[in-house]
Amino acid sequence: MVETMSGIPLDPTYGDGLQPGEYPYTRGLYPTGYRSKLWTMRMFAGFGTATDTNARFHALLRAGGTGLSTAFDMPTLMGRDSDHEWSVGEVGRAGVAVDTLADMEDLFAGIELDKVTTSMTINGPAAILMAMYIAVAEKSGVGRVHLGGTIQNDILKEYQAQKEYIFPPRPSVRLVTDLIRFTTAEMPRWHPVSISGYHIREAGSTAAQELAFTLANGFAYVEAAVAAGLKVDDFAPRLSFFFNAHSDFFEEIGKFRAARRIWATWMKDRYGATNPKSHMCRFHTQTAGVSLTAQQPENNIARVAVQALSAVLGGTQSLHTDSYDEALALPTEKAARIALRTQQIVAHETGAASVVDPLGGSHFVEWMTDEMERQANEIFDHIDQIGSGSMLEGVYAGIDDGYFVGEIADAAYRFEREVNAGRRIIVGVNEFTENDDDEANLLSIGHATEEMQTKRLDQVRNDRDDNAVRASLAALVQAAGQPDVNLMPPIIDAVQTYATEGEIVAALESVFGTYVETAMV
Amino acid sequence: MSETLGISPQSVDDPEPLRVVLAKLGFDGHDRGLKVVARTLRDAGMEVIYLGLRQTTDSIVAACEQEDADVIGLSMHNAGHLTLAPRMVQAVEEADLDVPVVIGGIVPAEDVAVLIEAGVAAVLGPGASAEEVVAAVRAAPNRQSPDHQSPAR
Repeated sequence: MVETMSGIPLDPTYGDGLQPGEYPYTRGLYPTGYRSKLWTMRMFAGFGTATDTNARFHALLRAGGTGLSTAFDMPTLMGRDSDHEWSVGEVGRAGVAVDTLADMEDLFAGIELDKVTTSMTINGPAAILMAMYIAVAEKSGVGRVHLGGTIQNDILKEYQAQKEYIFPPRPSVRLVTDLIRFTTAEMPRWHPVSISGYHIREAGSTAAQELAFTLANGFAYVEAAVAAGLKVDDFAPRLSFFFNAHSDFFEEIGKFRAARRIWATWMKDRYGATNPKSHMCRFHTQTAGVSLTAQQPENNIARVAVQALSAVLGGTQSLHTDSYDEALALPTEKAARIALRTQQIVAHETGAASVVDPLGGSHFVEWMTDEMERQANEIFDHIDQIGSGSMLEGVYAGIDDGYFVGEIADAAYRFEREVNAGRRIIVGVNEFTENDDDEANLLSIGHATEEMQTKRLDQVRNDRDDNAVRASLAALVQAAGQPDVNLMPPIIDAVQTYATEGEIVAALESVFGTYVETAMV
Repeated sequence: MSETLGISPQSVDDPEPLRVVLAKLGFDGHDRGLKVVARTLRDAGMEVIYLGLRQTTDSIVAACEQEDADVIGLSMHNAGHLTLAPRMVQAVEEADLDVPVVIGGIVPAEDVAVLIEAGVAAVLGPGASAEEVVAAVRAAPNRQSPDHQSPAR
């Protein structure tokens, strides 16, 4: 029995009408919410070499974390090797450096991959990192069928917001659908794409834009996968989402509730999905990195706590809480631990997990949910119209004509003007600025990482069979030229020869080309 | 698309507006801040040459020559500033240009002095106001000694 701190027994849910677990899931996906399963406390980590990050993974698991989440460094995210000329100064800085299967082996050393779930935040080269993860697991005796986790693999928001694209949109979407087809057939516990609003919001969008652009991208992937020959109910249950929890508490909760309702309605009515799991918008949430301030950094602990609570009251399936020192650097181990403890306090001390959708029925929260949906629908109408009735084509068109980047830049500028004019208060930045003398103890990644990593890469290149590498890359190029061939098997073959990420990307670029953004303000 | 939200920290009728090249070097794709800076400088009456993402020191130097730029503004969010910013300064010197380099983005306080020592004209940290950004860019071409730094940190 669940009861309050004072001993009052609590039902799992309150109120008449629509209940949690009922279509369209505005009030939550499951009737008993966090009583049956608490959200996954999934803390994003990655820095330095694979061995450095492996140690952080083990520390997080010991501290009670229940899932791993991997941050890769910029060269890895961009599909380039650590000895690429642009990699100088970036190796291991903003995440972990992975060049070859050898690094992936170090990254997951000593972790039972059938016991944890792993999230990998990577997009342009997602298929390559997925292939490496499969290869590591199978070398350790864990079959791909037993692997559980998520790969972000959401390329569309890269053109709109995060800008970590490699190839042009259409061949990139082919790689996304190849991965969806592959995991649908062979990896039933894997989530092949995490459709992400997080970066759209971080780039400056409003809450409603985050909601609408993200769901529109989701509809686009559904259309692409159906066009690639899949049935919607075969893959839609494995789609998942990733939202931002920003500081405007009730707006965020309305956004989360509206996301579930819109996704369910569209999947049923527009895409004809009949499996209830296809209607369910499952999502991970991360607190808003962009809301963290470099000034008085310890204040960020309070911001993160409130944002985390909004995600929980909004019914998130998993949560990453940012560390208070992240406005200036990657988190120290202590800061990361406080961020995890913040989730544990929300989960175990506040009672927020006792009752499903505790704010359902609030006049304001229901109105805000409706308002988020109304604003999102206006945006869907625009995308549908520029795509002549196809959301996939509409998203491509909006990327080509600068619609997404323009809308996001406008919203970001509006916000900055408001802060600058003092119409919006950011504590410690434009108000309450006295005693701003706290200096956080920052994590610093030395140049040694880069030297170690490039040495390791040289070593791997020396030890491997170059003929096998060349043959696997030639096979990949050939497969890439045939649109109906799934590229996952030849990519797995290539990583097993210890072909580098950069070599595999270059092979694909020789067929797909390289995307260059039109610079506009 | 680009809406003017209308503050002018200084006169927009400057007869010879400063010409500012804005860019991001290498992989770093975080362009939110740089786009806000671009609009802020335009609103302050400057000419902004926005190169955007994935630039090299060579492409930036070429743009400076072609556009007769007065200031270079680089935005850095990937902790690569200690490597990349001095390279930019060096590339400008090697091209015999007299164009100061202003850095904005995520730069820890202890690194600011290192960058100034390396010849960077100013460093604008997180939370710098529009006025501070405009003032730092305006002051950059006239700096007497490498001692200017942002009031933001």
